Amino acid sequence: MSENGTNGDGHGLNGHGPLSLVPKTDAKQTLKDFKTDQEVRWCPGCGDYAILAAVQSFLPELGLRRENITFVSGIGCSSRFPYYMNTYGFHSIHGRAPAIATGLATSRPDLSVWVVTGDGDALSIGGNHLIHALRRNVNLKILLFNNRIYGLTKGQYSPTSEIGKITKSTPMGSLDAPFNPMSLAIGAEGTFVARTIDSDRKHLQSVLRAAAQHRGTALVEIYQNCNIFNDGAFDPLKDADVRDDITIRLEHGEPIVFGAEREKALRRTRAGSFEVVRVTDVDPSEIAVHDAANPDPSQAFALSRLDSPAFEHTPIGIFRDVDRPSYDELMREQVDEAVGTQGRGDLAALLGSGDTWRID
Amino acid sequence: MTKQVQQLDRVIIRFAGDSGDGMQLTGDRFTQETAAFGNDLSTLPNFPAEIRAPAGTLPGVSSFQLHFADHDILTPGDAPNVLVAMNPAALKANLGDLPRGADLIVNTDEFSKRNLAKVGYAANPVEDDSLAEYRVHALPLTSMTVTALADFDISKKDAERAKNMFALGLLSWLYHRPTEGTLGFLEKKFARKPEIMKANIAAFQAGWAYGETTEAFSVQYEIKPAEHEPGLYRNITGNVALAYGLVAAGERSGLPIYLGSYPITPASDILHELSRHKKFGIRTFQAEDEIAAVGAALGASFGGALGVTTTSGPGIALKSETIGLAVATELPLVVIDVQRAGPSTGLPTKTEQADLLQAMYGRNGEAPVPVIAPRSPSDCFDAALEAARIAVKYRTPVILLSDGYLANGSEPWKLPDVDDLPVIEPAFATADDPGFQPFKRDPETLARPWAIPGTAGLEHRIGGLEKADGSGNISYDPANHDTMVRLRQAKVDGIANDVEPLAVDDPSGEARVLVLGWGGTFGAISAAVRRVRKEGRQVAQAHLRHLNPFPANLAEVLRSYDKVIVPEINLGQLALLLRGRFLIDVIGYNQVRGLPFKAEELQGVIQDVMDSE
Repeated sequence: MSENGTNGDGHGLNGHGPLSLVPKTDAKQTLKDFKTDQEVRWCPGCGDYAILAAVQSFLPELGLRRENITFVSGIGCSSRFPYYMNTYGFHSIHGRAPAIATGLATSRPDLSVWVVTGDGDALSIGGNHLIHALRRNVNLKILLFNNRIYGLTKGQYSPTSEIGKITKSTPMGSLDAPFNPMSLAIGAEGTFVARTIDSDRKHLQSVLRAAAQHRGTALVEIYQNCNIFNDGAFDPLKDADVRDDITIRLEHGEPIVFGAEREKALRRTRAGSFEVVRVTDVDPSEIAVHDAANPDPSQAFALSRLDSPAFEHTPIGIFRDVDRPSYDELMREQVDEAVGTQGRGDLAALLGSGDTWRID
Repeated sequence: MTKQVQQLDRVIIRFAGDSGDGMQLTGDRFTQETAAFGNDLSTLPNFPAEIRAPAGTLPGVSSFQLHFADHDILTPGDAPNVLVAMNPAALKANLGDLPRGADLIVNTDEFSKRNLAKVGYAANPVEDDSLAEYRVHALPLTSMTVTALADFDISKKDAERAKNMFALGLLSWLYHRPTEGTLGFLEKKFARKPEIMKANIAAFQAGWAYGETTEAFSVQYEIKPAEHEPGLYRNITGNVALAYGLVAAGERSGLPIYLGSYPITPASDILHELSRHKKFGIRTFQAEDEIAAVGAALGASFGGALGVTTTSGPGIALKSETIGLAVATELPLVVIDVQRAGPSTGLPTKTEQADLLQAMYGRNGEAPVPVIAPRSPSDCFDAALEAARIAVKYRTPVILLSDGYLANGSEPWKLPDVDDLPVIEPAFATADDPGFQPFKRDPETLARPWAIPGTAGLEHRIGGLEKADGSGNISYDPANHDTMVRLRQAKVDGIANDVEPLAVDDPSGEARVLVLGWGGTFGAISAAVRRVRKEGRQVAQAHLRHLNPFPANLAEVLRSYDKVIVPEINLGQLALLLRGRFLIDVIGYNQVRGLPFKAEELQGVIQDVMDSE
């Protein structure tokens, strides 16, 4: 099961695996099977290409029948994604992909449903649908491409842009504080909340692997470079000289240690936040151990607060991965229970229910 | 004492009281008794949007009007013959509708100085001569109820609350209603509170006994059962009929019904009703907002369910973009708009027909959507089935325009034989169809294939971007866009050949004036037409169910008459469509008071037009 998996095996045992009802194929699949004949129309150099290739090369390992996979998207650069996936696909309207995907996932347990969205699509116009999908725990895998800018409308600031950002619509700098997608998702009762980076295929695929096996909604934020309107937004996390020094790679069950020489660690303060300490300065027992499966979200939330615009230290990986029944399972159970206890509905009996009278 | 029994052919009763007085329940019970007795009937509940407006005030008045007769009737009646007023506010709010000579039953216990002052009565109208033109029955209903329940171990407040059952008992006696239904109802409703149950039953019986013994009522009335076609009947409201129609659509198509909905007056009862019928495989999803509700329904349709969303006018405004997406992706979707008075929040509990143009045109781009409207509460059943039939057969969203009057009003309904209901064929595209293209159309219906996820070999992508005719690939080609816009329009226009032609009721064939309506005004227009004909004059009537496309013979029908009157509860929306489409200067009659038309009012309108010839 998943290498980051905190509870993947458990799903298979209790029959609630998110993919347990999705038909499998014995045929060998490759990346090529998931490519369409459509010309990819992102700007040359866009981070979306790397994500597309990572997804296409990851899906064969799930071994699902291609026709039982569906990609649903909203509007924006990232939302063109379904056109390039040789699965079923629905390119919908701005912000609404989680709502549309909810209808699909809750009526079709035999499908693996993926949502592709961006920071504007998911967090601005579609913010409401995102938080409600998270709290319901619908069986959706949401890939949120975060480039901290509006690309398709040509360069306005987004709800994840840093304060003071100079853009076409904010010549004197943007005024609004950004969302932290991890904090938002954890606050919205998300059961699987993770972050990865477009340029790190191995890490990206490891997160996708865990997301695919998660029961319910998985939110995966993917830091994605827009080389036209916000180039280099995540450079510190990619720059070989500094990235290891500032990237905190979260591994469930492992002490949270980072730095080029693994010389830094996180310690929980009495107030509940995290502070960065030198490994040599503290007793090993003081170093926090990452527990993504902790039902209490406060540690995951505290981790999400380590972000800063200056990228002094940025956690990536699975912040939170807890087990809770998915909405579609529960909805299905109610229907099954109604049929089981009352018998399959009979239309004539329904129409004739209540007070009736006969005229001869 | 023996009472005189007087035969009547019809009666209109209005129960009016405070929102907390249980008037809707009282009216509903009287209706069920009346239905069981075999009268024809029609009802009009009328209640404030506030759940409990301040007690005893005019905004808090709730009423329920019931028209019942020994013959076929069409409306809840213009003016009540009997008004039951449980407090001064109810009297003041309803007195204006009461014709001279009507019976007025007043609960004098509530006519305290304070309650009178609340609604601006300087003096007690029951005690001066201001009600002289009515037959006033001034009764201390509350204290009589409390006295009757003196032996029960319940609070005074609970005893007082049973006054509506006392009133119901009295009225049931007055009109010879059967009582088994109400007794059974009370037993069930208060099964967990036996003492309250017994007290309510006792109050009901005390009201009946009071009628029998008091000298305040010297006459008892009898209204014989109406002649109905043989069959099994029940009383039904528009919202329940609509919900049943959707259940039937699921059963007759084999498609699971998926309702995405957000609570809104006056449509919520459809969500409530459908959520109780999961044993039909129905899924109901109470979404976070109107947009998510229709989005989930459309997502379910993409997956091969019959997606349905229910709302009122403000909800349609929010759903417009998604309805447009359903037009572009050509997926089945049933959109129910239970219209209420607007604009904006408007009058949430009052009826109106002012969403017709929104349904027709309230989307960006050329986005034709079939529109249909039921004509009576029970007709909501057939209209829902018809909406589903068109949606599935033509792969299109369909808007069904019910309204607040139909939704809450009720009438007897002869149950259909379920085997006679139309069969709906989903006709899904099948796996590995070698000629499959997502936008290759059926030559007859112009519908595209419905290829659902899980079907091997038909993987494809749909969306709101314009698609190439046939292949369904994204296309920015100018000629292709022009083709696709025209194809979508032609598909909807073509439905005209697949619906019943407009039937005209013109018994003599000599009428020169046609009255054309649509939707919930059918009853009032028909009653008005009857009145005109009773005077020996000729007038023709037709009523549109299909508003988009219009039935194929509509132009011919319109041109067969010298004058066409179009009464609508809006400022002339159908009239605008008819003028634009047929260049016929129809005569509009328009009222927007949040209430249905009155038959007498429309009779006058029709006769005025005829006289101006």
